[in-house]
Amino acid sequence: MTEGADPAFVTLTVRAGLVVVAALCVLCAYRAIAGPTVPDRVVAIDAIVTNVVAIAVLFALLTGRSLFVTGALVLAIIGFITTVSVAKFVTEGEVIE
Amino acid sequence: MTLATLHSVLIVALIVVGCFFLTVGTIGLLRFPNVYNRMHATSKPTTLGTAAIFFAAFVEFGPGNAGLTSLLGIFFLFLTVPTGAHMIARAAQRMGVPFMEGVTWPEPSDDDSEE
Repeated sequence: MTEGADPAFVTLTVRAGLVVVAALCVLCAYRAIAGPTVPDRVVAIDAIVTNVVAIAVLFALLTGRSLFVTGALVLAIIGFITTVSVAKFVTEGEVIE
Repeated sequence: MTLATLHSVLIVALIVVGCFFLTVGTIGLLRFPNVYNRMHATSKPTTLGTAAIFFAAFVEFGPGNAGLTSLLGIFFLFLTVPTGAHMIARAAQRMGVPFMEGVTWPEPSDDDSEE
């Protein structure tokens, strides 16, 4: 939309969402540190990456800069590649044979 | 209620839904007892929550440039997150992470034949 600034309650909601999702990242970091096995940590880091994607989209909503949506898409791609490569490395000992 | 107000209310509702699903996924990640259960908790609600926030960006930016990128992000998330969870589940099973009681895995013969 090419209209001007959003009303105040939209900005307030986006800021509150940023705080909530950042706190969820910290909570996921507990599982990434204390997880009993390696797949636990991979799952926790995958959840952190998805939360960071949400943070990037919320920041694009807050500032109105649409470049951050593209950045969120790149972060999602990097998270998927990380997950797949760690899964292959854990099972077979090498990523590309 | 004007159209701009409806636009803002829709954005707020989508952000609230997204934050709710992300919170549910994180609680499941912290509270569930097993790797496989935690994977179930993170993959589905986290995908739904991030897709809702992407959809809020689509509503905000319109069907032009960044809105189309948001729809592409939703499609990409729904494509890749189950694939990644499946690969981690297979890796955990091959590492020998124990199941809960009464849980079985498909026969290892057809599991090995695909690689």
